[in-house]
Amino acid sequence: MHALATDYAHAEGMLSSFWLLIAIPLASAAILLLAGRWADRWGHLLGCASVGVSFVLGLIYFLELRNLPADARNGGLSLFTFVPVADLRIDFGLLFDPLSALFVLLITGVGFLIHVYAIGYMAHNPPDQRHENSATTRRRFFGYFNLFVAAMLLLVLGNNYVILYIGWEGVGLASYLLISFWYLRPSATTAGKKAFLMNRVGDASFVIAIFLMFATVGSVGFATVFSEVDRMTSGVTLALGLLLLLGACGKSGQFPLQAWLPDAMEGPTPVSALIHAATMVTAGVYLIARSNPIFDANPTAQAFVVGVGVTTLLIGCVIGCAKDDIKRVLAWSTVSQIGYMFLGVGLGGAAYALAIIHLLAHGFFKAALFLGAGSVMHGMNDQVDIRRFGALWTYMRITWATFGVAWLAIIGIPPLSGFFSKEPIITAAFERPGWQGWVVGLGAMIGAGLTAFYMTRLFVLTFHGPKRWTDDIKHPHESPPVMTVPLIFLAIGSAVAGGLMATPVKDWLNPVFGVEGAAEAEPVLNHAAITLLSIVVTLVGALIGWWLFRDGTALEPQPAGPVVVAARNNLYLDAVNEALFEMPGKYLTRALVYFDNKGIDGLVNGLAAGIGGGSGRLRRLQTGFVRTYALSMLGGALLIAIAFLVVRLA
Amino acid sequence: MNPSYYVILAAALFTIGAVGVLIRRNAIVLFMCVELMLNAANLALVTFSRINGTLDGQIMAFFVMVVAAAEVVVGLAIIMAIFRTRRSASVDETNLLKY
Repeated sequence: MHALATDYAHAEGMLSSFWLLIAIPLASAAILLLAGRWADRWGHLLGCASVGVSFVLGLIYFLELRNLPADARNGGLSLFTFVPVADLRIDFGLLFDPLSALFVLLITGVGFLIHVYAIGYMAHNPPDQRHENSATTRRRFFGYFNLFVAAMLLLVLGNNYVILYIGWEGVGLASYLLISFWYLRPSATTAGKKAFLMNRVGDASFVIAIFLMFATVGSVGFATVFSEVDRMTSGVTLALGLLLLLGACGKSGQFPLQAWLPDAMEGPTPVSALIHAATMVTAGVYLIARSNPIFDANPTAQAFVVGVGVTTLLIGCVIGCAKDDIKRVLAWSTVSQIGYMFLGVGLGGAAYALAIIHLLAHGFFKAALFLGAGSVMHGMNDQVDIRRFGALWTYMRITWATFGVAWLAIIGIPPLSGFFSKEPIITAAFERPGWQGWVVGLGAMIGAGLTAFYMTRLFVLTFHGPKRWTDDIKHPHESPPVMTVPLIFLAIGSAVAGGLMATPVKDWLNPVFGVEGAAEAEPVLNHAAITLLSIVVTLVGALIGWWLFRDGTALEPQPAGPVVVAARNNLYLDAVNEALFEMPGKYLTRALVYFDNKGIDGLVNGLAAGIGGGSGRLRRLQTGFVRTYALSMLGGALLIAIAFLVVRLA
Repeated sequence: MNPSYYVILAAALFTIGAVGVLIRRNAIVLFMCVELMLNAANLALVTFSRINGTLDGQIMAFFVMVVAAAEVVVGLAIIMAIFRTRRSASVDETNLLKY
């Protein structure tokens, strides 16, 4: 871009073709969306194959990257000059480095399993969507799905903020299309709009951050911006950090922009899995992790990230405890788990890698949970209320087993993934100096206990206890193999990924985050004590969950204390949004309409009426009598004569 | 004889004609009043010619006579046309061309 020293080395050999990672799903999306009914019969296979091929390619590039020496593990690629305007020159440049390599593997790997699952899940339209042929619906669905994956890959592979932003918006578009996929349901279209609008808030902030970068550095390339960080004033780094944080909050469903994420459940279940596990919500974490030099340069910005993370993870946990819709509980658990990741990237240093490890592990178990929930719904006539499940474990053994593994993984029971990915973040939280260590650490630990409680509640109510089914369900059935096989793979991933990744991924990522060796700070509590304590908290939470709900639950909502009522109402955060943003907006609009009608229209209409009325009166001068005209002529002639005389005499 | 008497006579004749045009209703009378005003103008032209000792005013009076003759032809034709359709020569009844 500008100077060679601030650019990434050009990718060599095999790596030089890594743009194919994006191009293949994008081409597939174009074919599926443009080919029409002609592609109905094989569209879903093409959709899966394109992501599968991308995954295989990603794996090859990953191995290629691993063969390079540790300090040369990045490959740049400049496809063409995207924006050549005077001083501003933005290349359509891509970057394949250890961080983006891991994201590519997660997006295409978990994404591929979700794609395969969707073949089975989308085979038949739900009863209220029979206006369209199922095969056509499914082809359209896979088109959007591939677009989603392509946009997300562009997001993680860009080598400057503008390319990242293009992917960022592409993800927003694809999520809008998929959340409101059942476009005949008003709730689905509203949820799509809500997601899009709330994302817009974050996007605007991100765009301002890009403008600020260009204003201060004159470039938007990662390498150039990061090399200039030392020369920025602390005001600039704080502004950049906060703007990027708000952008990340929008995409990742973090406080204060978390409200869209649970509503995104209106889309088909594989969409939820893709949004929550592999794409979209991880984008915010990626953005902050990628911008690590900016955040490292400003501890205040980092403190804000930590604050957002802890607040969100507690909000997510508390609301998750009070919801009865299986997908909504999972959605709030995503909000809370992403909160852990924000906490990790906010802590900085070695915790960046911890956050990414948690993100990858979360990708597996959250995908398994969502797809498991989809499988339960598939067998139960699309019922989503956990009060109407129960005793399903004998009917859907594979779903039960895989869901169980993912459940143990998310609550962090050793030796499953969650333990290896979440517990280090809690430990790192305690490493913050002074009172912050206690507040943040205890917040994260309470979150872990609450997570154990509500996930156990979800699991026990769904699969165990007495049957509480609606009358129309006689024999729940297990899903077809095309759905259960991805579940098995994801369950295996949930079980072992965390343990396998914990150490190597840290070493793999540390060069990206500029962390040399492990100079760990002294936590306010002993390491072993923290680990022990978090396991105890988790077990206690899970035991309470099991004890309270082992015999099922009432079928109707029960009266509850103020905390539970608040949690059922999303802690009134939607109401706050409504009061703070929606109502003033409405009143402003009404005032403007009033001003337009009465003020502007009044002026224009008044002028017209004045001229019309005046000319109506002037018209009366035309009487039609000859003598009137004769008199006016005489008067005129006299006036002229008098004027002459006056001029003469004067 | 003092030429200014002729000028005063011309002014008086013109005023009578103008007032007649303004207040009379019969088209023929109106028309005669117009002729009166033209002849008052002619008298004034001839008088000024005499006062200044040039012939310009007298030549101008001839022109006015020619125009007046042509005007009489057209004007009487219009009055005849109106009278045939309306059976009346009152100018107050031909007031359709108005607001």
